[in-house]
Amino acid sequence: MANIEELKSFATQVRRDIVRQVHKVNSGHPGGSLGCTEFLVALYQEIMDHDPSFNMDGIGEDIFFLSNGHISPVFYSVLARSGYFPVEELGTFRMINSRLQGHPTTHEGLPGVRIASGSLGQGMSVALGAAQAKKLNKDHKLVFTLHGDGELQEGQNWEAIMYAGANGVDNIISTVDVNGQQIDGSTDTVLNMGDLKAKFEAFGWDVLKVAEGNDIEKVIEGLKEAKQHTGKGKPVCVLLTTVMGNGVDFMMGTHEWHGKAPNDEQLESALAQNPETLGDY
Amino acid sequence: MKKYTYTEKQDTRSGFGAGLAELGKTNEKVVALCADLTPSLKMADFIEANPERFFQTGIAEANMMGMAAGLTIGGYIPYTGTFANFSTGRVYDQIRQSIAYSGKNVKICASHAGLTLGEDGATHQILEDIGLMKMLPGMTVINPCDYNQTKAATIAIAEHEGPVYLRFGRPKVPIFTPADQKFEIGKAIMLNEGTDVTIIATGHLVWEAIKAGEALEEKGISAEIINIHTIKPLDEEAIIKSVKKTGCVVSAEEHNFLGGLGESVARTLAEHHPAPQEFVATKDTFGESGTPEQLMDKYGLNAEAIVAASEKVIKRK
Ligand SMILES: Cc1ncc(C[n+]2csc(CCOP(=O)(O)OP(=O)(O)O)c2C)c(N)n1
Ligand SMILES: [Mg+2]
Repeated sequence: MANIEELKSFATQVRRDIVRQVHKVNSGHPGGSLGCTEFLVALYQEIMDHDPSFNMDGIGEDIFFLSNGHISPVFYSVLARSGYFPVEELGTFRMINSRLQGHPTTHEGLPGVRIASGSLGQGMSVALGAAQAKKLNKDHKLVFTLHGDGELQEGQNWEAIMYAGANGVDNIISTVDVNGQQIDGSTDTVLNMGDLKAKFEAFGWDVLKVAEGNDIEKVIEGLKEAKQHTGKGKPVCVLLTTVMGNGVDFMMGTHEWHGKAPNDEQLESALAQNPETLGDY
Repeated sequence: MKKYTYTEKQDTRSGFGAGLAELGKTNEKVVALCADLTPSLKMADFIEANPERFFQTGIAEANMMGMAAGLTIGGYIPYTGTFANFSTGRVYDQIRQSIAYSGKNVKICASHAGLTLGEDGATHQILEDIGLMKMLPGMTVINPCDYNQTKAATIAIAEHEGPVYLRFGRPKVPIFTPADQKFEIGKAIMLNEGTDVTIIATGHLVWEAIKAGEALEEKGISAEIINIHTIKPLDEEAIIKSVKKTGCVVSAEEHNFLGGLGESVARTLAEHHPAPQEFVATKDTFGESGTPEQLMDKYGLNAEAIVAASEKVIKRK
């Protein structure tokens, strides 16, 4: 296992990358990105057995699908810093002719992306198809996914959740970013989803809760445990509690920063709170 | 040639928000629904004044469309609000069966249409929505050009019985139509009369067509410029009459040339008065991230492109 301090400084650099990407083009989604930083760092640096030389079919490796595609800044930063493409390319985020589209896409051929996302609620279905392909291929590696909590309001998720439970797709670990926020306010006020654990369980899933989704040690622990639960006839869900905007004080815990870029002054403050560790792009 | 000027730019979605707020005061049957995008759709004023007439569905557009259909049963006039992509492609069968085929009086209000949505990229930039919606029997399709016209259209469609697709956008564009102009569904607006070429534009391309008309005049070319805010039902009479005079046409829209306004114009002319046509539109492609100006330039959707298409089509007469 990588040294926890190293992973923490990796995450700090990712947070810098997130706010710098979004600031440069004055658009993009810092809130959810910052909240999911520890999760993605844990996944790509510690949990998944994956190959940055990137092969679309991902045979013999763990693969990941980002269903809540708007948190592309954290995805791109972690992919780049895990060796999928040059970190300098982060400087082209959302710019014309870039491979780093506003939402992740295969259309421009960015290594690490296996499906377009951005229109919410579609990722789990795709991941289930890929999980079934792994079974057909007798490939015992896993499929990981990430979904926003607001995103779960899309009905297609529940078609997929029902399918996975009914068919015992037990080589998938779907994580929900439970930050309690979406665009119009808190998820409870916009459309209260009640007890997510009970809902997933009612659909035949094995559900784990990770209460401290911004503590990288806890995230790693939780995901390792989730891996232990695979292969036992049930799909596995991780309900990961995070803080939207984590690591940048003025962005924390509010939907205001779901999809808003910091101005120059705010950027400076955000960067001061997250000093350079691996080197800026 | 008539000169068009403006003092202010505004986004057409704000025209929608203002029209909806006004309807909140004047028409107690109007209700609104939104799927977690109220700031983008500028719905705050309506919601604040009429909280009981607003339904937040969460991120669940299919449910929103079905609920809108249901609200008509009981006499309400529902206005649904989300991005154009999620207002159409995402929910096509719900619209087809529960709204269009069932003949329900739902107003599907779609923001962030086309490339000018900008940096979010192709997942959100629908360029196929006009085609999807105009193919549905009984669906009215409206794409206004500026703030005033969008506001007027928003208000006018409440008086129209039947499903409507109202398409508008995100960027700030010149306000040049009169604030008191009555919005007549299905009626083309003649912006400038001319003799050499007819330019038929919709939505954000109308202002570009006006600028193209000025540039063409400097080159000694007289362009007739028509604002087609209603793509369906199409004002065929106005189009035929103009092309009979000019002998050729350029259509201009922020949409794929397959399925858009241009194809409706071409079908009309093929039936009644065949004439050479050039299409200023995207050419069977997805969009991408970038600023609205960069994208309109890269995909050839601006005044320069309209000028070039006009010169080309005149040669084909
Ligand atoms: C189908 C669809 N509807 C609406 C949107 C617009 N949208 C983008 S992000 C978002 C909120 C998502 O909430 P959540 O999944 O909780 O993500 P968070 O805000 O926590 O990052 C919405 C409504 C979309 N991208 N796709
Ligand atoms: Mg959320």
